[in-house]
Amino acid sequence: MNAHTDNIAQYNFAYLDEQTKRMIRRAILKAIAIPGYQVPFASREMPMPYGWGTGGVQVTASVIGTDDVLKVIDQGADDTTNAVSIRAFFQKVANVEVTTHTADATIIQTRHRIPEEPLNAGQVLVYQVPIPEPLRFLEPRETETRKMHALEEYGLMHVKLYEDIAQHGHIATTFAYPVKVEGRYVMDPSPTPKFDNPKMHMSKALQLFGAGREKRIYAVPPYTRVESLDFEDHPFEVQTFDEPCALCGGTDVYLDEVVLDDRGGRMFVCSDTDNCEARRAEGHRGHLSGEEAAT
Amino acid sequence: MTDEPLLRVRSISKFYGNRIGCNDISFDLWPGEVLAVVGESGSGKTTLLNCLSTRLLPTSGTVSYRMRDGAFHDLYRMSEAERRFLMRTDWGFVHQNPSDGLRMTVSAGANVGERLMAVGQRHYGDIRATATDWLGRVEISSDRIDDQPRAFSGGMRQRLQIARNLVTGPRLVFMDEPTGGLDVSVQARLLDLLRGLVHELGLSAIVVTHDLAVARLLSHRMIVMKDGHVVESGLTDRVLDDPQAPYTQLLVSSILQV
Repeated sequence: MNAHTDNIAQYNFAYLDEQTKRMIRRAILKAIAIPGYQVPFASREMPMPYGWGTGGVQVTASVIGTDDVLKVIDQGADDTTNAVSIRAFFQKVANVEVTTHTADATIIQTRHRIPEEPLNAGQVLVYQVPIPEPLRFLEPRETETRKMHALEEYGLMHVKLYEDIAQHGHIATTFAYPVKVEGRYVMDPSPTPKFDNPKMHMSKALQLFGAGREKRIYAVPPYTRVESLDFEDHPFEVQTFDEPCALCGGTDVYLDEVVLDDRGGRMFVCSDTDNCEARRAEGHRGHLSGEEAAT
Repeated sequence: MTDEPLLRVRSISKFYGNRIGCNDISFDLWPGEVLAVVGESGSGKTTLLNCLSTRLLPTSGTVSYRMRDGAFHDLYRMSEAERRFLMRTDWGFVHQNPSDGLRMTVSAGANVGERLMAVGQRHYGDIRATATDWLGRVEISSDRIDDQPRAFSGGMRQRLQIARNLVTGPRLVFMDEPTGGLDVSVQARLLDLLRGLVHELGLSAIVVTHDLAVARLLSHRMIVMKDGHVVESGLTDRVLDDPQAPYTQLLVSSILQV
């Protein structure tokens, strides 16, 4: 490469121009300073449709460096369209190393799951967020919800949980379950299953949330309290599964239901593919793995 | 009864540009007293009510409210957070159209419970018990607790709105045409219920209405407004039986007799 193209390549590292990254980094810093607060930012058009994670991609593009190792998951899986496309995008525009192993990654961009393997200090988890406002479907006016956040008027959030119990006998919200961050802001943890909410609490990793269409960034710094809202007589609890993963036999993990045929056949497998593969490599087997358990 | 008023209104004016909303209105509201504001439409009744209930910033004048600690506070010098807290604990606001005051997409029980949750109640069983109790007090049967207000009739919605407002035990309730849009027999029932509740709870209330019969039934004292000015005020029975101002005489004589 000659000097000319070299310069251009550096200027365009990770797709966004440096002024845009600077603007996004300032928003991220503000978001980290006020955990759970939604910071507005000037979201850019990205070369992918809204809903594909344009917010998460902008956040990742702003924090990624040449020596970072990137992992991208979609519903826990490394091999689905969204994850593959975004991983290929960053390989192309930033030429960074990519991985599917949670422990090896420094930045993990995720759509709707937190890896089963506990994250460590120094890792950054970037969420793709479709609707950042937890009060949106209860109070449609943005002016009003901002005021409610400012004045810490969160009674309405419990109205939603009340409705759940009144209609279903228990809190039936299973994803985007509202949390209170560091005792102050109520936050939508993006549509992650509530199974993952406890992993956000006192996490060692930095958690960044980017909503591209809604133009908001928010964050949970490491070692921050993240409490799921509940009632005294209906405490928060996570989903449980009746059977272990059909491939690796894992029990305390989040499972996906996979339909096998049109006669009611189905299997439950780990949503976190990396975790499932690691367990199988260690010799764990489920009843449909087609191999004998290692002895 | 204490010898101090609950609400002290001094020279409240609201101008919309050159147009007068209401002009130079002063009065005191005493604990346990129901004050009716009557007048034809466009006379500034609702503007006045909104100015008093902090929903509309008056052009000039002061409104001070005696808090539970006995001290008077100027409503427009409080922080917005304090005003909003007052609005959902110590005050109630009953809208003419129940869908303005209710959350139409959540159940009746949640509508009543919202204020409780807003002030920090976090026990589902207690909230539900209180909601059931209040639905009973406004004559809504307890098996409708999980229905949305959309499934309720106009009269039921209005009663639900009243329950939603009274659940935190407010001391002052603002009502904007509480019986407007209801048919006569439902009106009568609602008035009867309101009168009972006001008496039982010792509420103070300011009721805006164009219906003199509502004023007669509910209120102790009334203010008659015309073109943004107060033309007459006094005890309800006195004003209705012996109107002094020409406009009040006209108003009283224009009630239809059957």
